[in-house]
Amino acid sequence: MAKKKFVVGCFDDEATLFPAVKKVRTAGYKIHDVYTPFAVHGLDHEMGLRETSLHTAGFIYGITGTTTALSFISWILTYDWPLNIGGKPHFALPAWIPIIFELTVLFAAVGMVLTFCYLCQLSPFIKKHHFHARATDDLFVMVIETTDKTNVEDLKAFLSNAGAVETDVQIAEEGWWLGRYDKDQVPFQNKIVAA
Amino acid sequence: MHLKYESQLREPLVYGTKTYHDVTEDIVRPIEAKPSKLWYIGFYIAVALLLFGIYSIYRDVTYGIGQWNLNKTIGWGWDITNFVWWVGIGHAGTLISAILLLFRQGWRTGVNRAAEAMTIFAVMCAGQFPIWHMGRVWMAFFVLPYANTRGPLWVNFNSPLLWDVFAISTYFTVSLLFWYSGLLPDLATVRDRAKTKLRKHLYGVASFGWTGSTKHWQRHESLSLVLAGLSTPLVLSVHTIVSFDFATSVVPGWHTTIFPPYFVAGAIFSGFAMVQSLMVIIRKVFGMEDYITMGHIEAMNKVIVLTGSIVGVAYLTELFMGWYSQNKYEGYTFWYSRANLFSPYGWSYWGMMACNVLSPQIFWFRKMRRNLFVTFFMSVIVNIGMWFERFVIIVTSLYRDYLPSAWSVYYSPSIWEIGFYLGTFGLFFTCFFLFAKYFPVIAIAEIKYVLKTTGESYKGKMGHLEHVPAEVFAHSGHGHTIVENDGAN
Repeated sequence: MAKKKFVVGCFDDEATLFPAVKKVRTAGYKIHDVYTPFAVHGLDHEMGLRETSLHTAGFIYGITGTTTALSFISWILTYDWPLNIGGKPHFALPAWIPIIFELTVLFAAVGMVLTFCYLCQLSPFIKKHHFHARATDDLFVMVIETTDKTNVEDLKAFLSNAGAVETDVQIAEEGWWLGRYDKDQVPFQNKIVAA
Repeated sequence: MHLKYESQLREPLVYGTKTYHDVTEDIVRPIEAKPSKLWYIGFYIAVALLLFGIYSIYRDVTYGIGQWNLNKTIGWGWDITNFVWWVGIGHAGTLISAILLLFRQGWRTGVNRAAEAMTIFAVMCAGQFPIWHMGRVWMAFFVLPYANTRGPLWVNFNSPLLWDVFAISTYFTVSLLFWYSGLLPDLATVRDRAKTKLRKHLYGVASFGWTGSTKHWQRHESLSLVLAGLSTPLVLSVHTIVSFDFATSVVPGWHTTIFPPYFVAGAIFSGFAMVQSLMVIIRKVFGMEDYITMGHIEAMNKVIVLTGSIVGVAYLTELFMGWYSQNKYEGYTFWYSRANLFSPYGWSYWGMMACNVLSPQIFWFRKMRRNLFVTFFMSVIVNIGMWFERFVIIVTSLYRDYLPSAWSVYYSPSIWEIGFYLGTFGLFFTCFFLFAKYFPVIAIAEIKYVLKTTGESYKGKMGHLEHVPAEVFAHSGHGHTIVENDGAN
C-alpha cells in the first residue's frame, strides 16, 4: 500500500461532469476515479473503463450449481441409496428440476455477491480513504493522480475551469485498511516513517 | 411549471423541485431524528406479541404439538395456513425489485427498498411454521442432505416438501443478498452524514467501506441486473413449489394442475396488499408523500385488481372442474365443503370470495385507486381474504376425504396456535419497526438516479426546447438538429 498525491475536483451536476471528464482525459491527466452518489450511466465508458465481467462469473457459478445438484442427487438416488418408489425409475430427472434450479440460482447469487465484494474490496470493518464526505450525498468527486511533473496549481485551475465547484489536493492511501469510521486514522504511517 | 407539450399519462416519480441533497435529507431524516411516541408504542406492541409467540412456541416444544387442536385428519391447520400466507406476502418485494427492474418500471424505485425488507421479514415468519410444526424441532436439521450415520440415509429429493426446503431457503438467501447489496450505497450515505461516533462506527461497519467509485457502481449495476434476472424465475418458482406441496398429492381439492399459476398470482396479490398497508403508513408517518406518490399507490392497486381477478378466475375454474370432471370426491369438496355456505366451513369459502374476488373490483375506478383510505382498508381486506384462501384449501380438503370413518370433528385452533400466529406478527413488525428506524426506507441512490429524468427537475432542463417549433420534432433530420442541453450523452 502506498500513499499518493491526488488532485480532487468536485462537481455538483452530472451535466458538467461528463464534459469535464472528457477534457481531463484529452489533456492527458490520469483519472484515479470518480466517486458519485449514484450510478451515473455512461460515466464508465466516458472514463474509458472496460466492461465488467461479473455477469460471466455469475454464469459460471450458476452452472456450477446446476452440475453440483444434478451430480449429487443422481449419485445419491441411483448409486448410494437407491429408493424403490412404486417401481419408478431411480434416475427421476423431472422430479429433480426444482432443486437443480434452486441450487443454480443460489450458487450464482451467492457467488456473484462474494465476487462483487472481493473485486470492490468491500467487507465489514474495512475502511478506505474518502476524498469528500459529500460523495455519497450530492457531489461527483473526480480524483486525479499526480506525478512528479504535475503542476498542481495548474491542474486545480483546469478543473475549476471545467466546472468544478471545489478543488483541493490530498495525500492519501489508495487501498483499504482495517479501521473504524469514528476515528481518524492514518494508515501505514509507521511504515512510511521507517522507510 | 407546465411545458407546451406534456404527457398527460406519465406522472412524475418524484414530486417537487428537489436537489440531490434534498433527497438525502428527506430520506435520512427519520434515521437521525429521535423516534416518535407512535414508533415506541408500535414497537412495544410488536415486541409484546413476539414474546407471546415465543411463549406459545415454548409450550409447543415442551408439551408437543398436542398443544394445538390438530388431529389425525386435519394434520395441517392454522400453522401451514399461516406458513403459506406469509410466504405469499413475501413475494411482493422481490417481484417489485426484480421483475419491475427487468421491465424498466421507474416507479419501483420509490417502494422497492421497504418492499424487499418486508419480503425478508415475511419469509422469516413463514419459515417458523414448518420448523416448529415438526414437533421434535431439535431434529430439524434432518431435512438437510448431509452425510450422516444413519446409512447415510439421505433426504428424499423427489419430495415436494424437500423442494420447499430448498426453495424457501434459497429465496430467503437471494432476497437478503439482493436487499443488502442495494443497501450498501445508502448505508454509506448515512455513515458519511453521521454526527455521533457510535453511528459513524456502526454504519461504517454496515456499509462495508463503500466509496461510490465508478468502477464499483458499474459492477453494482451488473450485479443488480443479474440478481434481478435470477430472482424473477426464483419468485415464480417458490410459490410454484409451495403449491406442489398440495398439487402433487391425491387429496381432493389439492390435486389440480392450475395450482402453480393460481398460487403465484395469489402470492403477488397478497404481497402487494401488504406493501400497500405498510406504504400508506410509512409515507404518512415519515412525510414521504413526494417519493411514494399517488402514482405509486395507484400502480400497485392496478396490480392488485389484476392479480385478484386472476385468482378469481382460478376459483371459478376449480368449481367448474369440480363439476365437469364428474369425480364425486372433487365434486363433494368443491360444491359441498366449499361452495355450500351452510356446510361446516362454508363461511371461510365465502369470506375468501368476498375479500379476494368481489371487493378488489372496486379498483376498476380511478377515484378508488387513488383514495388512501380505500387503499388501506382494501389492503387489509385482501390479506384477510388470502388467509381464508389458504385455510379453505387446507382445512376444507382435509376434514372430509375418501373415508367417512376418518372424517373429523369441527376444527378450531387452540390459543397456542393463535399465539404462534400472533407471535409471527410480532416478529414481522419488530423487524419492520427496527428497519424503519435504522435503515433508509427508500432507495436513496435509485431515487437520485431517476430524479432528473422525471417531474419538475426534468422539465427544468427542457426550457430551451420550448421555443423549437413542433415541425422540428415531427421531421427532425430535415436540416434541423436539436441540441440537448444536458451534456450527458
